[in-house]
Amino acid sequence: MDPEPKKPEDSPSNSANSHTPVQPPSPFPDEVLEKVLSFIDSHKDRSSVSLVRKDWYNAERWTRSKLFIGNCYSVSPEIVARRFPRIKSITLKGKPRFSDFNMLPRDWGANVHSWLVMFAKVYPFLEELRLKRMTVTDESLELLAKSFSGFKSLSLSSCDGFTDIGLKAIASHCRNLTELDIQDSVTEDVGGGWLSCFPENFASLEVLNFASLNSEVSFDDLERLVSRCKSLRVLKVNESITLDQLQRLLVHAPQLLELGTGSFLQELTPRQYEDIESAFSNCKNLQILSGLWEANSLYLPVLYGACAGLTFLNLSDAPLQSGEFAKLLAHCPNLRRLWVVDTVEDKGLEAVGSSCPLLEELRVFPADPYDRHHRDGVTELGFLAVSRGCRNLHYVLYFCRRMTNAAVVTIVQNCPDFTHFRLCIMTPGQPDYLTNDPMDEAFAAVVKTCTKLKRLSVSGLLTDLTFEFIGKYAKNLETLSVAFAGNSDWGMQCVLEGCPKLRKLEIRDSPFGNAALLSGLKKYEMMRSLWMSDCNVTMKGCRLLAREMPRLNVEVIMDEESDESQADKVYVYRSVAGPRRDAPPFVLTL
Amino acid sequence: MDLNLKATELRLGLPGSDEPAEQLQSSSSHVKNNKRSCSEIDGSCQKQESGAPAQKAQVVGWPPVRSYRKNVMEQQKKPESDGSGFVKVSMDGAPYLRKIDLKLYKNYFDLLKALENLFKCTIGVYSEREGYNGSEYAPTYEDKDGDWMLVGDVPWDMFITSCKRLRIMKGSEAKGLGCL
Repeated sequence: MDPEPKKPEDSPSNSANSHTPVQPPSPFPDEVLEKVLSFIDSHKDRSSVSLVRKDWYNAERWTRSKLFIGNCYSVSPEIVARRFPRIKSITLKGKPRFSDFNMLPRDWGANVHSWLVMFAKVYPFLEELRLKRMTVTDESLELLAKSFSGFKSLSLSSCDGFTDIGLKAIASHCRNLTELDIQDSVTEDVGGGWLSCFPENFASLEVLNFASLNSEVSFDDLERLVSRCKSLRVLKVNESITLDQLQRLLVHAPQLLELGTGSFLQELTPRQYEDIESAFSNCKNLQILSGLWEANSLYLPVLYGACAGLTFLNLSDAPLQSGEFAKLLAHCPNLRRLWVVDTVEDKGLEAVGSSCPLLEELRVFPADPYDRHHRDGVTELGFLAVSRGCRNLHYVLYFCRRMTNAAVVTIVQNCPDFTHFRLCIMTPGQPDYLTNDPMDEAFAAVVKTCTKLKRLSVSGLLTDLTFEFIGKYAKNLETLSVAFAGNSDWGMQCVLEGCPKLRKLEIRDSPFGNAALLSGLKKYEMMRSLWMSDCNVTMKGCRLLAREMPRLNVEVIMDEESDESQADKVYVYRSVAGPRRDAPPFVLTL
Repeated sequence: MDLNLKATELRLGLPGSDEPAEQLQSSSSHVKNNKRSCSEIDGSCQKQESGAPAQKAQVVGWPPVRSYRKNVMEQQKKPESDGSGFVKVSMDGAPYLRKIDLKLYKNYFDLLKALENLFKCTIGVYSEREGYNGSEYAPTYEDKDGDWMLVGDVPWDMFITSCKRLRIMKGSEAKGLGCL
């Protein structure tokens, strides 16, 4: 497929350049420039390239085949279609992250349909679509299935709005599908009939992930599908698949790189136990393992034979006790990434410290987030133990009920290379549990010691001091999440005036008001977005911001019972597309 | 017109006392009390007897865990039920627990007779209105959601799939459950 030979010079930046001097002719013919640029993949690099000069801008837009849109409302389908004529792969992200925690009303937006309508017109050769936090209806999936004959790869992460009807359309019509990856979807019951809609001769699947869909699929159809897809490298089934069914799947696909098991709880005969143990042992290429619902000490050992090469073990659906967890870890010396539930407790984390020297990422999720059962979970001691044994640690997400400043100071001394430090002390505003001091010292140590820090989530009792330190030291920080913290506007101002690379700022339940909001006037245009909920911002402050910064969308989400002058939920983001045209009645664009 | 909004304000603590509201303020500074959704006040008797605070307001979206993941966590009481129907049974005052296999029983009558045998006690007869009033002991169980329920309220089949463990309570404490 070739573009028209004459390239239209009507790109948006041309009008902006109309008063710059005429640029000297390029030393390279367009074809050479385009050939060179076709090797550049990163969208950040391509952005930089497009700003060099007009012919580079044009060469770049003609050679870009992968589109990344971090906020679907920052640009419109029409603008995208005008600028980029040859797109094969699109990544589109929608709702702000706090929607994961039910902080956004239903029907807020981020519906992909209008995008798909445009894609169908302008990019008939689209091959890949990766959506995150978007609403995707069955109608949209049907349109997708019928509009792109060469479509290969669909990834839906944290999306909602579809049922098995839409998935049936995908399975039936996408003859060249290599990837169907559905993660963390928040759907009502999606029936399982879609899996049976893949045609009998369809064999191109390389990635199949339906772990988060809750309905039973036809095992026979699944088994046949897996056995004929010889290139299958990722298979993540849902909880309805039993252990002995899994064994049959593994026999057909020992080449798997990534496996998500189904339920790991079943009464097995000794013969079945042996069979599944040997099936796992035959999976010599396994790098990533997840699922393991209801796994317990009885059946975990069947896994051991497949663990030698494991680099990522995701036990976030398998709350294990420390003993069985430690035994499993002993077989996984090559782990780089580990996700666990806090039922493993500090003792389990000590085993992590001693068994996983190569560990780079640790996520500990709470089994009992609402503290109904008063379980201990993990404490500062577990985190310390990991930091002592895993010096390569650079990504942590840690939910706990108690923490101390001293522990965090030591942890970052042991592991100064943190790029992502997300600490969630689960009781809002909780101080250092030994000294009763605010946790300011902890986060000061994090930002001072971890110079590569890109993402930070703070928690516990925090004063403005924490934010002073963040503003002063966190020079590489891109994402900051704040909850129940700070004393006054000054805190937020420090962050806005400090962190030069800040892109995403999300704040809830903190005493930052209009002065803080307005201190970031110039900054917000350089950021992707700002979220503030249940702070002290008023409608007056938001209106002022909107008036001063016309290239920002300032949106207020109204609660039914709220005071008309308070701005309960504020979402501010830069956009070249102007105010949303699809905003529901409870979203006010100022 | 004085609407006296303070009187209608949702807060923890006895009416007329200002202190609890301030406590909430100091521990999580600047939380707006009148908007906190105290949607799940966990006031079950179980909490009180374990010495923990009786009531805890739940804040929307906090802690920041995804809703689907939250549901998975609720099922983590699995260690007690390993697929074979065995559940732990404790009795107030007894030094150690026992384990029984619920699958061995066909109905409540058989189960209660077995419990009476196991612990050498009398549980008496269940009635919908009175529970086990009149007997020295009342059988209770923890269900999938972590709540403590009176044995006998739901159909047997529903009971055996949702029962995670049993506790035979002394009659005086069980009165609270029986007269709900």
